[in-house]
Amino acid sequence: MERLNRSEIIFKVISYALVILFAVCTLYPIVYAFSVSISGKSAYESGSIVLLPKDVTFQAYEMILYDKSFWIAYTNTLFYTVLGTAWSMFISLTGAYALQKTQLLFRRTWNFLLVFTMWFAPGMIALYLNYKSLGVDNRSGIVVAFGVQAYNIILLRNAFSSVPKDIEEAAIMDGADEFRLFSKIYMPLSTASIATVTLFYAISRWNGYYWSRMLLNNSYEQPLQVYLRQTIENYEKLYDESAVTLSYSADSLAYAMIIGSIIPVLIIYPYITKYFTKGVNMGGVKG
Amino acid sequence: MDRLEMRQGRGRKFLRNIRKHWQLYVLLLPVVVWFAVWAYKPMGGLLIAFKRFDASDGIWGSEFVGISNFVNLVAGVNKDAFWQAFRNTFVISVYSLVFGFPIPIILALLFSEIGNNFVRKVTQTITYLPHFLSEVTITGIVLMLVYNGVRSTGVIAQLLISLGVIDESAQIIQQASYFRPMYIITGIWKESGYNSIVYFAAIMGISPTLYEALKMDGCNKLQEIRYVTIPGMAPTLIIMIIMRIGNILSVGYERVLLLYNSNVYITADVLSTFEQRIGIVSANYGVGAASGLFNAVIGFALVIGANTISRNISNTSLW
Repeated sequence: MERLNRSEIIFKVISYALVILFAVCTLYPIVYAFSVSISGKSAYESGSIVLLPKDVTFQAYEMILYDKSFWIAYTNTLFYTVLGTAWSMFISLTGAYALQKTQLLFRRTWNFLLVFTMWFAPGMIALYLNYKSLGVDNRSGIVVAFGVQAYNIILLRNAFSSVPKDIEEAAIMDGADEFRLFSKIYMPLSTASIATVTLFYAISRWNGYYWSRMLLNNSYEQPLQVYLRQTIENYEKLYDESAVTLSYSADSLAYAMIIGSIIPVLIIYPYITKYFTKGVNMGGVKG
Repeated sequence: MDRLEMRQGRGRKFLRNIRKHWQLYVLLLPVVVWFAVWAYKPMGGLLIAFKRFDASDGIWGSEFVGISNFVNLVAGVNKDAFWQAFRNTFVISVYSLVFGFPIPIILALLFSEIGNNFVRKVTQTITYLPHFLSEVTITGIVLMLVYNGVRSTGVIAQLLISLGVIDESAQIIQQASYFRPMYIITGIWKESGYNSIVYFAAIMGISPTLYEALKMDGCNKLQEIRYVTIPGMAPTLIIMIIMRIGNILSVGYERVLLLYNSNVYITADVLSTFEQRIGIVSANYGVGAASGLFNAVIGFALVIGANTISRNISNTSLW
């Protein structure tokens, strides 16, 4: 063990303290939300809950369990996440492969056109009118018209272009065509990046809110985030309309729904950290 | 004649390339079509900024009105709301930059000091988490934490009341003066950890021998940071600054839309939310699109400008 001088020791102690403090502050609102969601009405309304729950009751969750609209929204979100991610990945993978091939004519132009979309956003009205004119107002529209991001394509493109060229040449000697190169050489050698981008897409689909709310005609096609927002806007009214006296507070209901909506993210999250930290740095910020 | 032959020769070469690598073009097709339809077609649709939009005539058939939509914005009926949104966008961006930009850098510096792998992994994992939660979730929690109601008071509102920062009857979400701090702190909470990843990687990439050399010379920790760590992460810092400056006029609409209400427009309404309200909500598409185009052009110019300056002074650039 190397010897540390005084300034280094002080700095280390401060670092530990600040980092732990920051992590605690980051996690606190989520823990607090969970605590309130399982606390009793009087304990919460008297303001005595600071961190840990009191008079534990799971009735707010029970209420959600029987909320049909919540489960419809949940299923919709699953649909958007699974199909949407598959669609986004199909376009991004094929595109990224073609865009890094030196044989591609006008390769620089195609790549420039891709990067340009990151720097010039046409604005909400132009997008809105475009979606309207092309009939994006149902489930399949949301899947098809959204979710492909230039940044993610660049990330995949950079991963593909680091595949060793002699492997490719050997495969070509064995008679592999582009489709085979793509599926049998490039994809298997870039699994870490593919996993990263898949996760990015899946999370952004899971969290999608604004355009679904603006475009979808039928309320039964709305994803979870839209339903969640509507609940947050109206939960006090919903609560007051309840026919029976409830043992939990109005806020517990809203918090319980928030917690319910992030559980899938919380479950997969610990497994994905190693991928995205790698992916973020691999892609770099260069276009 | 020569030129024609050359062109024919080039055309033949292209044809040969396409015949030989046709599969490549099949693979390119989906991404080209997707971006043409969902990214470039709306750019053409920006033409509506110069027209009086009539749904029955469509974008192309609507009446051409020149720059009257822009005049409407900067000097006409909507000028107060427009310039207010412009000012708010700029102010919120600058505040986010001043308060939000250094935190991920400091966080990365601190992470690099944590020798215990377990502690570092756990704290990093926790601080990255809010980035992956939706804006609806994050703003939902924030709105409830600061809510000061008849029945109950959110824990942050309680804290602020007991510290004497706000009155007992104050309603944070309804008061214009609290919007910006609330917005910026929410952003810091959500993104600081995640944004520290690139800086952390930059610090990890600095050669340890540099630190050893400084130590031999008897430098203390602060001098090490000053002379090795900061210069070592300079390229990353510059790129991130360029991106931030380039995006100074694009405050994300989703978080603002979810946090604001009509009582706080004076500090909260930004260009994108203004565009959304005037365009989509009031169906004044031409004026909304004009605001969007204005925003996009200035934003694009800022990116180009920041990148050019950076290339000249430091040889670091985005392209």
